[in-house]
Amino acid sequence: MARVTTVDDVTVIATESLSKRFPRVTALDRLSVAVGPGVTGLVGANGAGKSTLIKILLGLSPASEGRAEVLGLDVATKGPAIRERVGYMPEHDCLPPDVSATEFVVHMARMSGLPPTAARERTADTLRHVGLYEERYRPIGGYSTGMKQRVKLAQALVHDPQLVFLDEPTNGLDPVGRDEMLGLIRRIHTDFGISVLVTSHLLGELERTCDHVIVVDGGKLLRSSSTTDFTQITTTLAIEVTDTDDHPDGTRAVRDALHARGVDTHDNSGLPGAGHILLLTAPGEETYDLVRDVVAELGLGLVRMEQRRHHIAEVFRDSDEQRKEAVGHGG
Amino acid sequence: MAVEQPTPAPVPVQGDQTRIHNIGYRSYDGPRLGRAYATRSLYSQSLRGAYGLGRSAKSKVLPMLLFVVMCVPAAIMIAVTVATKLKDLPVDYTRYAIFLQAVISLYIASQAPQAVSRDLRFKTVPLYFSRPIETADYVRAKYAALASALFVLTATPLLVLYVGALLAKLDFADQTTAFAQGLVSVTLLSLLFAGIGLVIASMTPRRGFGIAAVIAVMTISYGAVSTLQAIAYTQDATGSVPWIGLFSPVTLIDGLQTAFLGASSSFPGGVGPGHGEGAVYVLVVLGLIAACYGLLMRRYRKVGL
Repeated sequence: MARVTTVDDVTVIATESLSKRFPRVTALDRLSVAVGPGVTGLVGANGAGKSTLIKILLGLSPASEGRAEVLGLDVATKGPAIRERVGYMPEHDCLPPDVSATEFVVHMARMSGLPPTAARERTADTLRHVGLYEERYRPIGGYSTGMKQRVKLAQALVHDPQLVFLDEPTNGLDPVGRDEMLGLIRRIHTDFGISVLVTSHLLGELERTCDHVIVVDGGKLLRSSSTTDFTQITTTLAIEVTDTDDHPDGTRAVRDALHARGVDTHDNSGLPGAGHILLLTAPGEETYDLVRDVVAELGLGLVRMEQRRHHIAEVFRDSDEQRKEAVGHGG
Repeated sequence: MAVEQPTPAPVPVQGDQTRIHNIGYRSYDGPRLGRAYATRSLYSQSLRGAYGLGRSAKSKVLPMLLFVVMCVPAAIMIAVTVATKLKDLPVDYTRYAIFLQAVISLYIASQAPQAVSRDLRFKTVPLYFSRPIETADYVRAKYAALASALFVLTATPLLVLYVGALLAKLDFADQTTAFAQGLVSVTLLSLLFAGIGLVIASMTPRRGFGIAAVIAVMTISYGAVSTLQAIAYTQDATGSVPWIGLFSPVTLIDGLQTAFLGASSSFPGGVGPGHGEGAVYVLVVLGLIAACYGLLMRRYRKVGL
């Protein structure tokens, strides 16, 4: 694959204090982000400005203020050139029911500028890659939601773009379909060499798939960092231990022992399993070792020690704390 | 619905680059033909679609049937001309489309919504605009496709008449002039009808509403104008007959060709507009075509993503 690039090679998307104001709402408020190659998640609640950002990046809607570049091309002046190199999968239904997936994707390939023969070849390839086989000759009207999502993805990939925008690709899918779609999105980068900007209102599902996550709220940037940063900083450990005759309340014994060594546990009363499960923040590997040693010294059985994923709410809470800190430092 | 998983190579490998997949992704290095090509592709797809080509068998029935209905009278007239050795065709080239205006209205009513309402209803429009083409390209491609489809529908019977007339050894110069005038007339008719049909159809994502609205505008306006003209004529207000004709698409074309293309008017008493009034007809026809284009542009600027 000729197009695989290293992380700091190029910037795929760059915005500089990008703002978009409508008469009544500010959809984007001085947003400055830089996105490198790979899979990038764009997370935010509904109405956070995700779709507005994609529209501006496709060169379809002028920004009120600031500037943005996609693949090194200015969105204000190079819209058609950007749209030739970029794929877009909308959030809503966009498929006519009375044509087959093959006919539809061939047409869309030609609309992206592919000559007729190449359009047919690329359509066959792309539909196979997204997992549509014999059913691709049947009218789309009879497809399941999962299959329709695959057709939508195929039309975004058929012209072999350098970057795809996927707007809520897991919407409406059942858990299995969701996992398959997320796996597919991962492969778009690892196997196809295409960078991905994927939006979702669920941070949890993007953490598993993305190299980098951008969180926006009310058109403002809340946080932009690599997924490893997220997990390193925010890993929460859940621990459950057995009780023994020496320690009738094993959980309490572990908590006290950990406190004695300077590790605080979270107050998790009110959560399911409270009293049996200890939650603590693990800044690094040594915490895992410490927990293991403490439990072993007490002679208890370690039933579970697992990472708890954070939800979008916790990111908001964290960033609020950071903001307060920043204000505090500023005096 | 299992996705084919890449199979790792059996031997230990170094890094991602050396992984082997059983179905590798092939990137595309060929030409990308850009906006103009995409617009042409949309044009040809829409033109074919206007006759049901590339669509289901069911959607071929009506346009093909109407096409046959348009051509059969021409073939019969030629047969009569040849058999009875007439000195001239039983109908003028320019009058042919006016005779069959109901068929043309039905065609535009059925195919204009097909051309634009489907993209709106199934929200396919954003997929077009996330590609190199611009709003104007989309509007032009759709407009040109429907106007071309109408031209095929209205010019083919004229061609049948012309070829038949030459076979019947009618005067070549006369026939050629009249045929050329007929072609100019149906070109304007195609542009005008396609514009009106598309503007109405693009207002609603519902195909049924689109069909009903186009039929209503075409036939009600023609019926109303014809009735008013007949009343004006019987009331001896002959002077107002050409002015009333400005208010329906069919009578607009009729009046225009009477004034400038040597047609005989189908207005009551054959009272067509003269050159002065005819100039107004030309301005109104061209103005309407431009207005339809402008309205479509405005409509699609709003649709966007």
